[in-house]
Amino acid sequence: MDIHQFTISQLAEQLTARRLSSREATEAVLDRIEATGERVNAYITVDREGALAAAEAADRRLATGGAPPLCGVPVAIKDLLCTKGVRTTGGSEILENFVPPYSATVVEKLQQAGAVLVGKTTMDEFAMGSSNEHCALAVPRNPWNLDYICGGSSGGSAAAVAADQCMAALGTDTGGSIRQPASNCGVVGVKPTYGRVSRYGVLAFASSLDQVGPLTKDVRDAALLLNAICGHDPRDSTSVHEPVPDFTAELGCGLAGLRFGLPREYFEVGLDEDVKKAVMAAIGQLEEAGAEVREISLPRTEYGVAAYYLIAPAEASSNLSRYDGVRYGYRDQDAQDLLEMYRRSRSRGFGREVKRRIIIGTYALSSGYYDAFYRKASQVRALIIEDYRRALQECDVIISPVTPTPAWPLGSKSDPLSMYLTDILTIPTNLAGLPGMSLPCGFSHNGLPIGLQLQAGHFREDLLLRAAATIEERLGFAGRRPRL
Amino acid sequence: MQIGTDKVAEMARLARLELENDEIKALTVELSGILEYVAKLQQLDTTGVEPVSHALAVVNAFREDEVAPSLSREEALANAPVATGEAFVVPKVF
Repeated sequence: MDIHQFTISQLAEQLTARRLSSREATEAVLDRIEATGERVNAYITVDREGALAAAEAADRRLATGGAPPLCGVPVAIKDLLCTKGVRTTGGSEILENFVPPYSATVVEKLQQAGAVLVGKTTMDEFAMGSSNEHCALAVPRNPWNLDYICGGSSGGSAAAVAADQCMAALGTDTGGSIRQPASNCGVVGVKPTYGRVSRYGVLAFASSLDQVGPLTKDVRDAALLLNAICGHDPRDSTSVHEPVPDFTAELGCGLAGLRFGLPREYFEVGLDEDVKKAVMAAIGQLEEAGAEVREISLPRTEYGVAAYYLIAPAEASSNLSRYDGVRYGYRDQDAQDLLEMYRRSRSRGFGREVKRRIIIGTYALSSGYYDAFYRKASQVRALIIEDYRRALQECDVIISPVTPTPAWPLGSKSDPLSMYLTDILTIPTNLAGLPGMSLPCGFSHNGLPIGLQLQAGHFREDLLLRAAATIEERLGFAGRRPRL
Repeated sequence: MQIGTDKVAEMARLARLELENDEIKALTVELSGILEYVAKLQQLDTTGVEPVSHALAVVNAFREDEVAPSLSREEALANAPVATGEAFVVPKVF
Protein backbone atom coordinates (compact mmCIF):
# COMPACT_ATOMS: atom_id res chain seq x y z
CA MET A 1 0.00 0.00 0.00
CA ASP A 2 1.37 3.43 -0.95
CA ILE A 3 1.49 6.21 1.63
CA HIS A 4 -1.04 8.39 -0.20
CA GLN A 5 -3.59 5.57 0.01
CA PHE A 6 -3.65 5.57 3.81
CA THR A 7 -6.75 6.55 5.74
CA ILE A 8 -6.33 9.02 8.60
CA SER A 9 -6.29 6.23 11.17
CA GLN A 10 -3.77 4.16 9.21
CA LEU A 11 -1.49 7.14 8.80
CA ALA A 12 -1.89 8.23 12.43
CA GLU A 13 -0.73 4.80 13.54
CA GLN A 14 2.42 5.11 11.42
CA LEU A 15 3.05 8.68 12.57
CA THR A 16 2.66 8.06 16.28
CA ALA A 17 4.86 4.96 16.06
CA ARG A 18 7.39 7.19 14.23
CA ARG A 19 7.67 4.66 11.42
CA LEU A 20 6.81 7.50 9.08
CA SER A 21 7.18 11.27 9.36
CA SER A 22 4.51 13.80 8.48
CA ARG A 23 7.01 15.30 6.05
CA GLU A 24 7.25 11.97 4.19
CA ALA A 25 3.46 11.57 4.18
CA THR A 26 2.95 15.15 3.00
CA GLU A 27 5.54 14.75 0.25
CA ALA A 28 3.83 11.53 -0.84
CA VAL A 29 0.49 13.34 -1.10
CA LEU A 30 2.04 16.32 -2.92
CA ASP A 31 3.69 13.90 -5.36
CA ARG A 32 0.36 12.21 -5.90
CA ILE A 33 -1.24 15.58 -6.66
CA GLU A 34 1.62 16.32 -9.05
CA ALA A 35 1.19 12.97 -10.82
CA THR A 36 -2.61 12.90 -11.11
CA GLY A 37 -3.63 16.52 -10.50
CA GLU A 38 -4.04 17.57 -14.11
CA ARG A 39 -6.34 14.68 -14.92
CA VAL A 40 -8.62 15.09 -11.91
CA ASN A 41 -8.38 18.88 -11.47
CA ALA A 42 -9.56 18.79 -7.86
CA TYR A 43 -7.52 21.72 -6.56
CA ILE A 44 -7.72 25.44 -7.22
CA THR A 45 -4.64 26.10 -5.04
CA VAL A 46 -1.95 23.72 -3.80
CA ASP A 47 0.07 25.20 -0.93
CA ARG A 48 3.24 23.14 -1.17
CA GLU A 49 5.43 25.37 1.00
CA GLY A 50 2.80 25.89 3.69
CA ALA A 51 2.08 22.17 3.80
CA LEU A 52 5.72 21.19 4.20
CA ALA A 53 6.23 23.78 6.94
CA ALA A 54 3.13 22.50 8.77
CA ALA A 55 4.38 18.92 8.35
CA GLU A 56 7.69 19.77 9.96
CA ALA A 57 5.93 21.47 12.86
CA ALA A 58 3.72 18.37 13.22
CA ASP A 59 6.78 16.14 13.27
CA ARG A 60 8.24 18.14 16.15
CA ARG A 61 4.95 17.74 18.01
CA LEU A 62 4.75 14.03 17.23
CA ALA A 63 8.26 13.56 18.59
CA THR A 64 7.14 14.73 22.03
CA GLY A 65 4.30 12.17 22.13
CA GLY A 66 0.61 12.57 22.98
CA ALA A 67 -0.27 14.30 19.69
CA PRO A 68 -3.95 14.17 18.58
CA PRO A 69 -4.93 11.72 15.78
CA LEU A 70 -4.98 14.42 13.09
CA CYS A 71 -1.45 15.61 13.85
CA GLY A 72 0.66 15.45 10.70
CA VAL A 73 -2.21 14.28 8.48
CA PRO A 74 -2.50 15.95 5.04
CA VAL A 75 -6.04 17.29 4.45
CA ALA A 76 -7.70 19.46 1.82
CA ILE A 77 -10.14 22.32 2.35
CA LYS A 78 -13.01 23.39 0.11
CA ASP A 79 -12.22 26.81 -1.31
CA LEU A 80 -15.30 28.26 0.40
CA LEU A 81 -13.50 28.23 3.75
CA CYS A 82 -11.20 31.14 4.56
CA THR A 83 -7.56 30.26 5.12
CA LYS A 84 -5.38 33.06 6.47
CA GLY A 85 -2.70 33.96 3.96
CA VAL A 86 -3.84 31.34 1.43
CA ARG A 87 -5.98 32.47 -1.50
CA THR A 88 -9.67 31.68 -1.05
CA THR A 89 -11.82 32.09 -4.15
CA GLY A 90 -15.19 30.51 -3.42
CA GLY A 91 -14.80 29.13 -6.94
CA SER A 92 -15.57 32.61 -8.25
CA GLU A 93 -13.74 35.01 -10.53
CA ILE A 94 -14.97 37.82 -8.29
CA LEU A 95 -12.66 36.50 -5.53
CA GLU A 96 -9.92 35.16 -7.79
CA ASN A 97 -7.22 37.11 -5.93
CA PHE A 98 -8.71 37.22 -2.43
CA VAL A 99 -6.27 36.34 0.37
CA PRO A 100 -8.18 36.23 3.67
CA PRO A 101 -6.74 38.05 6.69
CA TYR A 102 -8.20 35.37 8.99
CA SER A 103 -9.10 31.66 8.97
CA ALA A 104 -12.45 29.96 9.40
CA THR A 105 -12.92 28.48 12.86
CA VAL A 106 -12.91 24.94 11.43
CA VAL A 107 -9.61 25.62 9.69
CA GLU A 108 -8.12 26.93 12.95
CA LYS A 109 -9.39 23.84 14.75
CA LEU A 110 -7.77 21.51 12.22
CA GLN A 111 -4.52 23.44 12.43
CA GLN A 112 -4.59 23.32 16.23
CA ALA A 113 -5.03 19.55 15.95
CA GLY A 114 -1.86 19.51 13.86
CA ALA A 115 -3.44 18.70 10.49
CA VAL A 116 -1.44 19.66 7.39
CA LEU A 117 -3.43 21.76 4.89
CA VAL A 118 -2.25 20.77 1.43
CA GLY A 119 -4.57 22.94 -0.61
CA LYS A 120 -7.94 24.38 -1.53
CA THR A 121 -10.34 22.28 -3.55
CA THR A 122 -12.54 23.36 -6.41
CA MET A 123 -16.27 23.76 -6.11
CA ASP A 124 -19.29 25.22 -7.87
CA GLU A 125 -19.13 29.01 -7.65
CA PHE A 126 -20.20 30.05 -4.13
CA ALA A 127 -21.35 26.43 -3.64
CA MET A 128 -24.21 26.86 -6.10
CA GLY A 129 -24.45 23.72 -8.17
CA SER A 130 -24.90 19.97 -8.23
CA SER A 131 -22.26 18.97 -10.75
CA ASN A 132 -19.24 21.20 -10.01
CA GLU A 133 -19.35 22.43 -13.59
CA HIS A 134 -20.24 25.99 -12.51
CA CYS A 135 -16.69 27.08 -11.80
CA ALA A 136 -14.60 29.31 -14.01
CA LEU A 137 -11.39 28.38 -12.16
CA ALA A 138 -11.37 24.55 -12.31
CA VAL A 139 -13.89 21.86 -13.25
CA PRO A 140 -12.94 18.56 -11.58
CA ARG A 141 -13.32 15.17 -13.22
CA ASN A 142 -14.66 12.07 -11.54
CA PRO A 143 -11.65 9.86 -10.63
CA TRP A 144 -13.70 6.74 -11.50
CA ASN A 145 -14.32 7.97 -15.03
CA LEU A 146 -12.76 11.22 -16.13
CA ASP A 147 -15.61 11.98 -18.56
CA TYR A 148 -18.12 12.18 -15.71
CA ILE A 149 -19.02 14.85 -13.17
CA CYS A 150 -17.84 14.65 -9.57
CA GLY A 151 -21.06 16.14 -8.31
CA GLY A 152 -21.28 19.35 -6.40
CA SER A 153 -20.79 21.62 -4.95
CA SER A 154 -17.93 20.08 -2.92
CA GLY A 155 -16.78 18.15 -6.02
CA GLY A 156 -13.09 18.98 -5.62
CA SER A 157 -13.02 17.72 -2.03
CA ALA A 158 -14.74 14.46 -2.99
CA ALA A 159 -12.47 13.95 -6.01
CA ALA A 160 -9.31 14.72 -4.02
CA VAL A 161 -10.24 12.10 -1.39
CA ALA A 162 -11.22 9.50 -4.00
CA ALA A 163 -8.00 10.10 -5.94
CA ASP A 164 -5.83 9.82 -2.79
CA GLN A 165 -4.70 13.44 -3.25
CA CYS A 166 -5.28 13.99 0.49
CA MET A 167 -6.21 11.74 3.43
CA ALA A 168 -9.49 13.60 3.96
CA ALA A 169 -11.16 16.91 3.16
CA LEU A 170 -13.69 19.42 4.40
CA GLY A 171 -16.68 20.43 2.33
CA THR A 172 -19.92 22.31 2.91
CA ASP A 173 -23.49 21.13 2.44
CA THR A 174 -26.38 23.53 1.82
CA GLY A 175 -28.69 21.20 -0.13
CA GLY A 176 -26.57 18.07 -0.56
CA SER A 177 -23.18 19.51 -1.48
CA ILE A 178 -21.20 17.06 0.68
CA ARG A 179 -23.38 13.95 0.37
CA GLN A 180 -24.00 14.15 -3.37
CA PRO A 181 -20.34 14.40 -4.53
CA ALA A 182 -19.36 11.84 -1.85
CA SER A 183 -21.91 9.48 -3.42
CA ASN A 184 -20.70 10.21 -6.95
CA CYS A 185 -17.02 9.74 -6.07
CA GLY A 186 -17.36 6.71 -3.78
CA VAL A 187 -16.25 8.31 -0.50
CA VAL A 188 -17.88 8.95 2.88
CA GLY A 189 -19.43 12.37 3.47
CA VAL A 190 -21.18 13.76 6.55
CA LYS A 191 -23.38 16.83 6.79
CA PRO A 192 -23.62 17.52 10.53
CA THR A 193 -26.66 18.92 12.34
CA TYR A 194 -27.16 22.62 11.65
CA GLY A 195 -25.33 24.50 14.40
CA ARG A 196 -22.97 21.63 15.26
CA VAL A 197 -20.07 23.18 13.36
CA SER A 198 -19.11 26.84 13.24
CA ARG A 199 -19.78 28.72 10.01
CA TYR A 200 -17.42 31.55 10.98
CA GLY A 201 -15.10 32.24 8.07
CA VAL A 202 -17.18 30.21 5.60
CA LEU A 203 -18.21 32.35 2.61
CA ALA A 204 -21.97 32.49 3.13
CA PHE A 205 -24.37 31.03 0.57
CA ALA A 206 -27.66 30.31 2.42
CA SER A 207 -27.01 30.93 6.09
CA SER A 208 -29.94 28.96 7.51
CA LEU A 209 -28.86 25.85 5.57
CA ASP A 210 -25.03 25.92 5.20
CA GLN A 211 -23.02 23.46 7.26
CA VAL A 212 -19.38 22.30 7.14
CA GLY A 213 -18.55 18.59 7.23
CA PRO A 214 -15.96 15.93 6.40
CA LEU A 215 -15.34 13.87 3.24
CA THR A 216 -13.23 10.83 4.05
CA LYS A 217 -12.06 7.39 2.90
CA ASP A 218 -13.98 5.56 5.62
CA VAL A 219 -16.47 6.02 8.44
CA ARG A 220 -13.89 6.07 11.24
CA ASP A 221 -12.07 8.96 9.57
CA ALA A 222 -15.34 10.90 9.35
CA ALA A 223 -15.78 10.41 13.11
CA LEU A 224 -12.21 11.61 13.73
CA LEU A 225 -12.74 14.78 11.70
CA LEU A 226 -16.09 15.47 13.37
CA ASN A 227 -14.37 15.17 16.75
CA ALA A 228 -12.03 17.93 15.64
CA ILE A 229 -14.47 20.40 14.03
CA CYS A 230 -17.68 20.23 16.09
CA GLY A 231 -18.49 22.50 19.00
CA HIS A 232 -19.84 25.91 19.95
CA ASP A 233 -18.07 28.98 18.59
CA PRO A 234 -18.77 32.39 20.11
CA ARG A 235 -18.05 33.90 16.68
CA ASP A 236 -21.04 32.10 15.10
CA SER A 237 -24.26 32.98 16.92
CA THR A 238 -26.08 30.06 15.25
CA SER A 239 -23.64 27.47 16.57
CA VAL A 240 -25.08 25.57 19.52
CA HIS A 241 -24.04 24.75 23.08
CA GLU A 242 -24.40 21.01 22.65
CA PRO A 243 -21.90 18.58 24.18
CA VAL A 244 -19.68 16.93 21.57
CA PRO A 245 -19.27 13.19 22.20
CA ASP A 246 -16.32 11.12 21.00
CA PHE A 247 -17.80 10.10 17.67
CA THR A 248 -15.50 7.09 17.38
CA ALA A 249 -16.78 5.62 20.68
CA GLU A 250 -19.72 3.65 19.30
CA LEU A 251 -18.39 2.65 15.90
CA GLY A 252 -18.05 -0.99 16.88
CA CYS A 253 -21.36 -1.22 18.75
CA GLY A 254 -23.34 -2.78 15.90
CA LEU A 255 -26.99 -2.27 15.16
CA ALA A 256 -28.67 -3.55 18.31
CA GLY A 257 -31.68 -1.43 19.21
CA LEU A 258 -31.51 0.70 16.05
CA ARG A 259 -34.73 1.02 14.05
CA PHE A 260 -34.32 1.87 10.36
CA GLY A 261 -36.95 3.69 8.32
CA LEU A 262 -37.30 3.43 4.56
CA PRO A 263 -39.14 6.52 3.27
CA ARG A 264 -41.64 5.36 0.66
CA GLU A 265 -41.55 8.70 -1.21
CA TYR A 266 -37.78 8.53 -1.81
CA PHE A 267 -38.36 5.50 -4.01
CA GLU A 268 -41.03 7.25 -6.09
CA VAL A 269 -38.80 9.84 -7.73
CA GLY A 270 -37.82 7.83 -10.80
CA LEU A 271 -34.79 6.05 -9.35
CA ASP A 272 -32.18 4.65 -11.69
CA GLU A 273 -32.27 0.83 -11.63
CA ASP A 274 -28.62 0.49 -10.57
CA VAL A 275 -29.18 2.90 -7.68
CA LYS A 276 -32.26 1.02 -6.53
CA LYS A 277 -30.42 -2.30 -6.73
CA ALA A 278 -27.39 -1.11 -4.76
CA VAL A 279 -29.47 0.55 -2.05
CA MET A 280 -31.76 -2.46 -1.66
CA ALA A 281 -28.73 -4.74 -1.43
CA ALA A 282 -27.35 -2.60 1.41
CA ILE A 283 -30.72 -2.71 3.15
CA GLY A 284 -30.72 -6.50 2.72
CA GLN A 285 -27.38 -6.56 4.52
CA LEU A 286 -28.87 -4.57 7.38
CA GLU A 287 -31.74 -7.02 7.72
CA GLU A 288 -29.33 -9.92 7.61
CA ALA A 289 -27.40 -8.29 10.43
CA GLY A 290 -30.60 -8.38 12.45
CA ALA A 291 -31.68 -4.78 12.03
CA GLU A 292 -35.31 -3.81 12.05
CA VAL A 293 -36.23 -2.03 8.80
CA ARG A 294 -39.71 -0.61 8.32
CA GLU A 295 -41.36 1.54 5.71
CA ILE A 296 -42.03 5.12 6.76
CA SER A 297 -43.54 8.15 5.07
CA LEU A 298 -42.14 11.64 4.50
CA PRO A 299 -45.16 12.85 2.54
CA ARG A 300 -43.93 16.36 1.65
CA THR A 301 -40.60 15.19 0.18
CA GLU A 302 -41.57 16.19 -3.36
CA TYR A 303 -42.02 19.84 -2.28
CA GLY A 304 -38.51 20.16 -0.86
CA VAL A 305 -36.83 21.27 -4.08
CA ALA A 306 -39.44 23.96 -4.71
CA ALA A 307 -39.13 25.34 -1.17
CA TYR A 308 -35.33 25.18 -1.30
CA TYR A 309 -35.01 26.97 -4.63
CA LEU A 310 -36.83 29.94 -3.15
CA ILE A 311 -35.28 29.96 0.34
CA ALA A 312 -31.65 29.35 -0.66
CA PRO A 313 -31.56 31.93 -3.50
CA ALA A 314 -33.37 34.44 -1.26
CA GLU A 315 -30.67 34.10 1.38
CA ALA A 316 -27.97 34.08 -1.28
CA SER A 317 -29.22 37.26 -2.95
CA SER A 318 -28.80 38.99 0.38
CA ASN A 319 -25.49 37.36 1.33
CA LEU A 320 -23.86 38.06 -2.03
CA SER A 321 -24.65 41.76 -1.91
CA ARG A 322 -21.34 42.15 -0.05
CA TYR A 323 -19.42 41.56 -3.30
CA ASP A 324 -19.48 45.15 -4.50
CA GLY A 325 -15.90 45.84 -5.56
CA VAL A 326 -15.17 48.10 -2.59
CA ARG A 327 -13.38 46.15 0.18
CA TYR A 328 -12.22 43.02 -1.65
CA GLY A 329 -12.70 41.15 -4.89
CA TYR A 330 -12.92 42.20 -8.51
CA ARG A 331 -13.58 45.84 -9.41
CA ASP A 332 -14.40 47.21 -12.84
CA GLN A 333 -11.91 50.05 -13.11
CA ASP A 334 -13.58 51.99 -15.92
CA ALA A 335 -16.88 52.78 -14.19
CA GLN A 336 -17.68 56.48 -13.98
CA ASP A 337 -19.65 56.45 -10.76
CA LEU A 338 -20.33 54.26 -7.75
CA LEU A 339 -23.51 52.59 -8.95
CA GLU A 340 -22.00 51.75 -12.32
CA MET A 341 -18.96 50.32 -10.49
CA TYR A 342 -21.20 48.04 -8.39
CA ARG A 343 -23.16 46.83 -11.41
CA ARG A 344 -20.20 46.19 -13.66
CA SER A 345 -18.02 44.56 -11.01
CA ARG A 346 -20.78 42.18 -9.99
CA SER A 347 -21.89 41.40 -13.54
CA ARG A 348 -18.37 40.60 -14.70
CA GLY A 349 -17.27 38.88 -11.50
CA PHE A 350 -20.22 36.52 -11.01
CA GLY A 351 -20.89 33.54 -13.25
CA ARG A 352 -24.16 32.61 -14.89
CA GLU A 353 -25.61 30.31 -12.19
CA VAL A 354 -24.84 32.80 -9.41
CA LYS A 355 -26.58 35.60 -11.29
CA ARG A 356 -29.54 33.33 -11.97
CA ARG A 357 -29.94 32.59 -8.27
CA ILE A 358 -29.50 36.23 -7.25
CA ILE A 359 -32.32 37.14 -9.63
CA ILE A 360 -34.60 34.31 -8.34
CA GLY A 361 -33.87 35.33 -4.75
CA THR A 362 -34.45 39.00 -5.41
CA TYR A 363 -37.76 38.13 -7.05
CA ALA A 364 -38.86 35.83 -4.17
CA LEU A 365 -38.16 38.59 -1.65
CA SER A 366 -39.49 41.52 -3.63
CA SER A 367 -42.52 43.51 -2.65
CA GLY A 368 -45.72 41.91 -3.93
CA TYR A 369 -44.18 38.43 -4.30
CA TYR A 370 -42.82 37.85 -0.80
CA ASP A 371 -45.98 36.17 0.58
CA ALA A 372 -46.56 33.95 -2.45
CA PHE A 373 -42.95 32.79 -2.65
CA TYR A 374 -40.61 33.29 0.30
CA ARG A 375 -43.26 33.11 3.03
CA LYS A 376 -45.00 30.14 1.39
CA ALA A 377 -41.68 28.28 1.05
CA SER A 378 -40.90 28.94 4.72
CA GLN A 379 -44.28 27.48 5.69
CA VAL A 380 -43.65 24.39 3.57
CA ARG A 381 -40.30 24.12 5.33
CA ALA A 382 -42.26 23.87 8.60
CA LEU A 383 -44.38 21.05 7.11
CA ILE A 384 -41.27 19.15 6.02
CA ILE A 385 -39.83 19.47 9.54
CA GLU A 386 -43.14 18.12 10.89
CA ASP A 387 -42.84 15.12 8.50
CA TYR A 388 -39.44 14.29 9.96
CA ARG A 389 -40.67 14.74 13.54
CA ARG A 390 -43.33 12.11 12.95
CA ALA A 391 -41.08 9.73 11.03
CA LEU A 392 -38.35 9.87 13.66
CA GLN A 393 -40.82 8.65 16.27
CA GLU A 394 -41.04 5.40 14.31
CA CYS A 395 -37.36 4.97 13.52
CA ASP A 396 -33.89 6.14 14.57
CA VAL A 397 -32.15 6.23 11.22
CA ILE A 398 -33.71 7.02 7.85
CA ILE A 399 -32.10 5.07 5.03
CA SER A 400 -32.37 5.89 1.32
CA PRO A 401 -30.47 6.65 -1.87
CA VAL A 402 -28.48 9.93 -1.96
CA THR A 403 -29.31 10.80 -5.55
CA PRO A 404 -31.79 9.42 -8.08
CA THR A 405 -28.97 8.53 -10.51
CA PRO A 406 -25.21 7.94 -10.48
CA ALA A 407 -22.90 10.64 -11.90
CA TRP A 408 -23.71 11.83 -15.42
CA PRO A 409 -21.32 12.77 -18.27
CA LEU A 410 -19.73 16.23 -18.06
CA GLY A 411 -21.69 18.79 -20.04
CA SER A 412 -24.77 16.63 -20.52
CA LYS A 413 -27.23 18.58 -18.35
CA SER A 414 -27.79 22.18 -19.39
CA ASP A 415 -31.29 22.98 -18.14
CA PRO A 416 -31.07 24.53 -14.64
CA LEU A 417 -34.30 22.98 -13.36
CA SER A 418 -33.31 19.42 -14.29
CA MET A 419 -30.03 20.04 -12.44
CA TYR A 420 -31.90 21.35 -9.36
CA LEU A 421 -34.08 18.22 -9.29
CA THR A 422 -31.05 15.98 -8.79
CA ASP A 423 -30.96 17.28 -5.19
CA ILE A 424 -34.47 16.04 -4.39
CA LEU A 425 -33.31 13.42 -1.85
CA THR A 426 -30.72 15.56 -0.03
CA ILE A 427 -32.44 18.95 0.25
CA PRO A 428 -35.04 18.02 2.90
CA THR A 429 -32.25 17.21 5.42
CA ASN A 430 -30.95 20.78 5.20
CA LEU A 431 -34.41 22.34 5.39
CA ALA A 432 -34.91 20.45 8.67
CA GLY A 433 -31.34 21.06 9.94
CA LEU A 434 -30.78 17.32 10.46
CA PRO A 435 -27.53 15.39 10.17
CA GLY A 436 -27.13 13.24 7.07
CA MET A 437 -24.40 11.21 5.46
CA SER A 438 -23.47 9.28 2.37
CA LEU A 439 -21.42 6.11 2.28
CA PRO A 440 -20.48 3.90 -0.68
CA CYS A 441 -22.94 1.03 -1.24
CA GLY A 442 -22.25 -0.18 -4.76
CA PHE A 443 -21.42 0.58 -8.36
CA SER A 444 -23.45 1.17 -11.51
CA HIS A 445 -23.18 -1.15 -14.53
CA ASN A 446 -20.56 1.22 -15.97
CA GLY A 447 -18.45 1.31 -12.84
CA LEU A 448 -19.59 4.57 -11.19
CA PRO A 449 -19.99 4.68 -7.40
CA ILE A 450 -23.42 4.75 -5.73
CA GLY A 451 -24.01 6.11 -2.23
CA LEU A 452 -26.37 5.22 0.56
CA GLN A 453 -27.90 8.08 2.54
CA LEU A 454 -28.51 7.95 6.29
CA GLN A 455 -30.37 10.66 8.20
CA ALA A 456 -31.13 10.92 11.92
CA GLY A 457 -32.57 13.31 14.49
CA HIS A 458 -30.84 16.55 15.52
CA PHE A 459 -27.41 15.92 17.10
CA ARG A 460 -27.59 12.15 16.46
CA GLU A 461 -24.51 11.92 14.25
CA ASP A 462 -23.50 9.10 16.62
CA LEU A 463 -26.36 6.95 15.32
CA LEU A 464 -25.46 7.67 11.70
CA LEU A 465 -21.84 6.73 12.26
CA ARG A 466 -22.67 3.61 14.24
CA ALA A 467 -25.01 2.34 11.53
CA ALA A 468 -22.59 3.38 8.78
CA ALA A 469 -19.65 1.55 10.38
CA THR A 470 -21.61 -1.70 10.40
CA ILE A 471 -22.87 -1.29 6.85
CA GLU A 472 -19.37 -0.38 5.66
CA GLU A 473 -17.91 -3.47 7.28
CA ARG A 474 -20.52 -5.78 5.76
CA LEU A 475 -20.37 -4.29 2.27
CA GLY A 476 -16.59 -4.01 2.10
CA PHE A 477 -16.38 -1.05 -0.31
CA ALA A 478 -14.23 1.16 1.92
CA GLY A 479 -10.87 0.15 0.45
CA ARG A 480 -11.93 0.46 -3.20
CA ARG A 481 -10.17 3.17 -5.14
CA PRO A 482 -10.27 4.16 -8.81
CA ARG A 483 -7.30 3.38 -11.05
CA LEU A 484 -5.71 6.59 -12.21
CA MET B 1 -46.06 31.25 -14.24
CA GLN B 2 -44.72 33.44 -17.00
CA ILE B 3 -42.68 36.54 -16.36
CA GLY B 4 -41.55 39.12 -18.90
CA THR B 5 -38.15 40.51 -19.77
CA ASP B 6 -39.12 43.80 -18.08
CA LYS B 7 -39.54 41.97 -14.75
CA VAL B 8 -36.11 40.33 -15.06
CA ALA B 9 -34.58 43.70 -15.95
CA GLU B 10 -36.20 45.21 -12.86
CA MET B 11 -34.82 42.45 -10.61
CA ALA B 12 -31.37 42.93 -12.15
CA ARG B 13 -31.57 46.64 -11.34
CA LEU B 14 -32.55 45.88 -7.72
CA ALA B 15 -29.72 43.33 -7.41
CA ARG B 16 -27.16 45.76 -8.91
CA LEU B 17 -26.50 43.56 -11.92
CA GLU B 18 -25.99 44.78 -15.46
CA LEU B 19 -27.25 42.17 -17.89
CA GLU B 20 -26.93 42.06 -21.66
CA ASN B 21 -30.16 41.78 -23.65
CA ASP B 22 -29.55 38.16 -24.63
CA GLU B 23 -28.74 37.34 -21.00
CA ILE B 24 -32.08 38.87 -19.93
CA LYS B 25 -33.92 36.91 -22.62
CA ALA B 26 -32.36 33.59 -21.57
CA LEU B 27 -32.96 34.28 -17.89
CA THR B 28 -36.60 35.13 -18.58
CA VAL B 29 -37.17 31.72 -20.16
CA GLU B 30 -35.28 29.87 -17.40
CA LEU B 31 -36.98 31.80 -14.60
CA SER B 32 -40.43 31.19 -16.05
CA GLY B 33 -39.69 27.46 -15.99
CA ILE B 34 -38.43 27.60 -12.42
CA LEU B 35 -41.39 29.68 -11.23
CA GLU B 36 -43.77 27.29 -12.94
CA TYR B 37 -42.14 24.47 -11.01
CA VAL B 38 -42.12 26.19 -7.60
CA ALA B 39 -45.82 27.03 -8.07
CA LYS B 40 -46.44 23.44 -6.93
CA LEU B 41 -46.06 24.77 -3.38
CA GLN B 42 -49.54 26.27 -3.83
CA GLN B 43 -50.94 22.70 -3.82
CA LEU B 44 -50.20 22.52 -0.09
CA ASP B 45 -52.60 24.08 2.38
CA THR B 46 -50.47 26.12 4.77
CA THR B 47 -53.26 27.99 6.53
CA GLY B 48 -52.15 28.72 10.08
CA VAL B 49 -48.65 27.24 9.58
CA GLU B 50 -45.94 29.39 11.18
CA PRO B 51 -43.14 29.99 8.66
CA VAL B 52 -39.73 28.64 9.68
CA SER B 53 -36.55 30.56 8.93
CA HIS B 54 -34.30 28.52 11.21
CA ALA B 55 -34.51 24.76 11.73
CA LEU B 56 -33.45 24.75 15.37
CA ALA B 57 -35.22 26.51 18.23
CA VAL B 58 -32.44 28.96 19.04
CA VAL B 59 -32.96 32.35 20.59
CA ASN B 60 -30.81 35.46 20.49
CA ALA B 61 -27.24 34.69 21.44
CA PHE B 62 -26.06 37.46 23.74
CA ARG B 63 -22.57 37.97 25.09
CA GLU B 64 -20.74 40.52 27.17
CA ASP B 65 -19.67 43.58 25.24
CA GLU B 66 -15.94 43.15 25.66
CA VAL B 67 -13.08 44.62 23.71
CA ALA B 68 -11.22 41.91 21.77
CA PRO B 69 -8.47 42.04 19.15
CA SER B 70 -9.62 42.79 15.62
CA LEU B 71 -8.01 43.25 12.23
CA SER B 72 -5.44 46.01 11.89
CA ARG B 73 -6.22 48.74 9.36
CA GLU B 74 -3.46 47.41 7.14
CA GLU B 75 -4.96 43.88 7.13
CA ALA B 76 -8.47 45.20 6.56
CA LEU B 77 -7.32 47.23 3.55
CA ALA B 78 -5.02 44.57 2.12
CA ASN B 79 -7.58 43.13 -0.31
CA ALA B 80 -9.08 46.45 -1.41
CA PRO B 81 -9.03 47.01 -5.19
CA VAL B 82 -8.15 50.67 -4.51
CA ALA B 83 -7.15 52.12 -1.14
CA THR B 84 -5.12 54.90 0.38
CA GLY B 85 -3.14 53.92 3.44
CA GLU B 86 -6.17 54.62 5.61
CA ALA B 87 -9.38 54.22 3.59
CA PHE B 88 -11.16 52.38 0.77
CA VAL B 89 -11.38 54.48 -2.37
CA VAL B 90 -14.51 54.40 -4.55
CA PRO B 91 -15.53 56.32 -7.68
CA LYS B 92 -17.62 59.44 -7.20
CA VAL B 93 -21.09 58.68 -5.89
CA PHE B 94 -22.96 60.80 -8.49
